[in-house]
Amino acid sequence: MTPAEAGILRPHPDGTGSPGSRIYGVILLVATAGFLGLALAISPSDTGREGMGETVRIMYVHVPVAVACYVAFGVTALASGMYLWKRTAGWDALAAASAEVGVVFTALTLATGSIWGHITWGTWWEWDPRLTSTALMFVLYLGYLALRRAVIDPAARAKRAAVLGLVAFVNVPIVHFSVDWWRSLHQAATISRFNPTIDGLKLLTLMVGMVLGVAVYVWLMIHRFRLQYAEDALEAKGLDIALAERRAEGRADRGDHADHADHADHADHADHADHADLSGGEVLA
Amino acid sequence: MPDGAAILRDARLVVGKDLRLEWRSRVTTNQLLPFALLVLILFAFALDPDRRILREASPGLFWLAVLFSTLLAIQRAFSVETADGVADALRLSGLDPAGIFLGKAVGIALHLAVLEIALGAGVTLFYGATPHGPLLLVATCAAATAGLAAAGSLYGVLSAGLRVRDTLLPLLLLPVVAPVLIAATQAFAAAYERTSGAGWRWFGLLAIFALIYLAIGFFAFEPLLEES
Repeated sequence: MTPAEAGILRPHPDGTGSPGSRIYGVILLVATAGFLGLALAISPSDTGREGMGETVRIMYVHVPVAVACYVAFGVTALASGMYLWKRTAGWDALAAASAEVGVVFTALTLATGSIWGHITWGTWWEWDPRLTSTALMFVLYLGYLALRRAVIDPAARAKRAAVLGLVAFVNVPIVHFSVDWWRSLHQAATISRFNPTIDGLKLLTLMVGMVLGVAVYVWLMIHRFRLQYAEDALEAKGLDIALAERRAEGRADRGDHADHADHADHADHADHADHADLSGGEVLA
Repeated sequence: MPDGAAILRDARLVVGKDLRLEWRSRVTTNQLLPFALLVLILFAFALDPDRRILREASPGLFWLAVLFSTLLAIQRAFSVETADGVADALRLSGLDPAGIFLGKAVGIALHLAVLEIALGAGVTLFYGATPHGPLLLVATCAAATAGLAAAGSLYGVLSAGLRVRDTLLPLLLLPVVAPVLIAATQAFAAAYERTSGAGWRWFGLLAIFALIYLAIGFFAFEPLLEES
């Protein structure tokens, strides 16, 4: 577990939050409510010859989640590089947590983009360069998460995932560029893109939205990172727990029915493991 | 500082070993080649053997068939390295990791080159597509094959030794090589339509892709090999 820090940053012993993250969460909730009012009601619709009308409001969600997903994958790449350099578990946990949050934001980007496309183009999916390359990026990072689940040894997993986290990030611009080029060759005039003359209150709304999107990402990361850290710690204890269970079974078989028989069932694994380790030593001796 | 001559020597050793393995087992000639030709026949079933559709789609179908065969070739190339504790032997051999990467990539590229020749003949024969612009075709094949082999070796070793490697490799590799499919298909289409000028731009993209993945593999193989 993380070292017990004093004050508002101390994490709750049975959770991933801390007083500080609670306060942050409440501020975020209020800010989101205010932002929704701004985006859905106060800001004007996009008028003008090539304007998007009311559908511009989807952009206030779409662009922030897209920005957040790029931030997330950037953090994954950075943490992967740092892991390969420093080889400490914290960087690996950060990369894993950020990739997972990033995949959620990518799914949201695709969904909001598709909804906007349905209203504007009349179809849920167009082979639009950005949609296509985002879909490929989504699958790419699903692969990253799948690789993390597939490798059992923590050190090997961290190393393979770190290489993949870096390579995937290098690959994003290649995919983006090639898909962009591919579509521009085939379509003489692409369907009118998100390119409105954005100004005043609309620009402010978009800016607030992007800041808020990154802020939500940070809040999710606080919790996801702590969860990842706790998962890794539990995994590291897994062998101790298994040993303790076998030893407890051994004691039970020899008729020593002390209260050790159902060790390491639930609750606080670490305590049980340490306890059983000591008593197990006696059995082996 | 890596020693260039040693890396090349190690790469040659690995290529020689892989080619000897293939010479004795004949997996590529007896299994991969027939599979690739079978894929060409299946495309005809899917697209109606109307010669016009098949001919128009033949650049894309050719590279799709290459891509599917690449998956099998990589799985084969890395399953021989993980069986019977060969992975440990390879680590203990003292070969330079960059040399091993280069050797594996060149070995896979040679297998793919043979496959592409056969598939090219198949596309010409089955789909009636007459090739033009031989220089662009050969250059595209060379660059695309180098890119596929380099990316494939990297992802092959990433998923090597896992219980789910057979299902994981396509998920990891296919989105990554999507640009190769796009660029190689466009370059082939340009060559077939005798508009090679546009095709050379795609060749440039393929060459950059190959160089990037060769560079990544060069440096990433060491951390991937040193794990237990």
